[in-house]
Amino acid sequence: MATREVISNGNELAALAAVDAGCMFFGGYPLTPSSEIMHVASDLLPKKGGVAIQMEDEIAGICCVIGAAMSGKRALTATSGPGMSLKAENLGLAQMTEVPLVCINVMRGGPSTGLPTRVAQGDILQAKNPSHGDYKSITLCAGSLAECYTETVRAFNIADRFMQPVIVLLDETIGHMHGKADIPSAEDVEAGIVPRKRFDGDPKDYFPYGVEHDEPAVLNPMFEGYRYHFTGLHHDKNGFPTEEIETCRKLIQRLEDKVALHEDEIESYEEFMMDDADIMIIAYGSVSLAAKEAIRHLRAEGIKAGLFRPITIWPSPAKKIKEYTDKIEKVLVAELNIGQFHSEVQRAAARLDIDGLFKVNGRPLSPHEIVSKVKEL
Amino acid sequence: MAFNYDKYLRLEKMPTLWCWGCGDGVILKTFVRAIDKLGIKQDDICVVSGIGCSGRFSSYIDFNTVHTTHGRTVAYATGIKLANPDKLVVCVAGDGDSLAIGGNHTIHGCRRNIDLTLIIVNNFIYGLTNSQTSPTTPQGFWTVSQKAGNIDPTFNVSNLAIAAGASFVARETMIEPKKLEKTMIKAMQHKGFALVEVLSNCHINLGRKNKMLSAMENLEWIDSISMPKKKYDALTPEEQLNILPTGVLKQDTEVREYCEMYAEIQKVHQGERKKITQDDFTKKI
Repeated sequence: MATREVISNGNELAALAAVDAGCMFFGGYPLTPSSEIMHVASDLLPKKGGVAIQMEDEIAGICCVIGAAMSGKRALTATSGPGMSLKAENLGLAQMTEVPLVCINVMRGGPSTGLPTRVAQGDILQAKNPSHGDYKSITLCAGSLAECYTETVRAFNIADRFMQPVIVLLDETIGHMHGKADIPSAEDVEAGIVPRKRFDGDPKDYFPYGVEHDEPAVLNPMFEGYRYHFTGLHHDKNGFPTEEIETCRKLIQRLEDKVALHEDEIESYEEFMMDDADIMIIAYGSVSLAAKEAIRHLRAEGIKAGLFRPITIWPSPAKKIKEYTDKIEKVLVAELNIGQFHSEVQRAAARLDIDGLFKVNGRPLSPHEIVSKVKEL
Repeated sequence: MAFNYDKYLRLEKMPTLWCWGCGDGVILKTFVRAIDKLGIKQDDICVVSGIGCSGRFSSYIDFNTVHTTHGRTVAYATGIKLANPDKLVVCVAGDGDSLAIGGNHTIHGCRRNIDLTLIIVNNFIYGLTNSQTSPTTPQGFWTVSQKAGNIDPTFNVSNLAIAAGASFVARETMIEPKKLEKTMIKAMQHKGFALVEVLSNCHINLGRKNKMLSAMENLEWIDSISMPKKKYDALTPEEQLNILPTGVLKQDTEVREYCEMYAEIQKVHQGERKKITQDDFTKKI
């Protein structure tokens, strides 16, 4: 794969990735520390005939994106924690109607207005279930500048494969980090686009939601002769409201199973110096950069630490985590919240003795803090 | 020959879940006739509705249809329209949907003057959820959320839309479907944001609780509070106070439509024209 060297920041790379991945629509609302994504989208999208619109609020931002995506376009919105809270209900409608889109959350301190310009990773659990009801969220988390690009591209392809929103988590540090990155060429990204499935037969035989128990809906673009109905209500194979008991059960079970039974297609993680590690650090996003630095220091002192970094956060790489936690006694989860992914590691490991290094004051975790904590284990 | 609705209806979804005598059915049939007169292909039309009785509108008609979340109809439609500027996108929402929870999107849709038609079915109450106060429920009416009598002042929907910048604003009643049909046609032909407020009945959840026991009594009340704009204009201010004028209340064909203006932004970025400045607009502030 051809790569190119760019000097940029995480937010701008995410926007560039969306455009290269075929996104034609951006809708959003200014929200620190994500706004640069909208700024770049508003330059790049009209250039290629697309649209970027600043709406009246966060809710309208996600709604117009869902509308554009329903009509068949690849579409993006970007925000931070307060905006995610406001978008939640409509992310639920996109889950229920199986409309693919990408929603980037550049995490800042919360709850509420919190620490708008400072880093946090407090939206991990929100990303798992932003809206009410049952469905299986897909959430990717970038751990480097280059991944702000590559994970956004991957998010668009996964969204179209599974026909649902995909959340990309950056944190303020990653989003605003400025530097050099090697990213795939735009031609390679374009060649790798896997468009959503469509039905080409007789419209009479078209049942957008009449699919196998573990498959996503097949939603043809609007205005092409396949007229059907979107609704947030429980619906039948044609998309029309129903309260028929078995149809309702099957629909919600399918929303779960279309992801749960195909997790291998989404799973992604990085193992750093894990081959001989007898201490495992689990970290993601910007904290993983500090963890790698810490591991180099620890190794220089003869302490064999390694990093396991989930890139796909939800569904979590639980099986892989268990493999490691079954054989490694000392496990430390380092994150900028009070144990949101830590609880998932405990669940995956079926162990309650997983250690945690948590920070919630808007400041990053330093390699030094991680080194000190590891030495205490 | 009688008009045949079958082509436009999802007959297998009939009967509707609306109460007998509900104005929603009249408005739906009127809309279908208006579309037929316009001669636009069903494939080229998208109808977006919200939550409430009128929210079910979209499921009964055979177009590209979207039933959205409560209040967000115009926001969804904005995305659909901007992504497909050559298609007809129509919103249908109730008074609670478009003026309470979705009020923000309604006024900003008007302000942007994006080429959408918004039909607001104003029945003065939250009908589907059994008689709670809406932003148009008259003061002094009984509602289930204010049994002592409603004290909340009302919105004047059309005045609100005019003030917010909609370039086409009309009000009609479902008592006169022929007139409503003509106005709907004008609204959908208009390039820009077109808001059509339709005064409608809810004899079940407004009327019965407010001394209008039948649909007819509810309609008579609507008739008593509305009159054509020409007649209304001849009234004294005191007489106008409790009357809602009907007909086309505003039509401005000069103001630029949003999708057309966005095409200018695309041209700027594609190097086909210089940047947009204040000189491009007559209204500077």
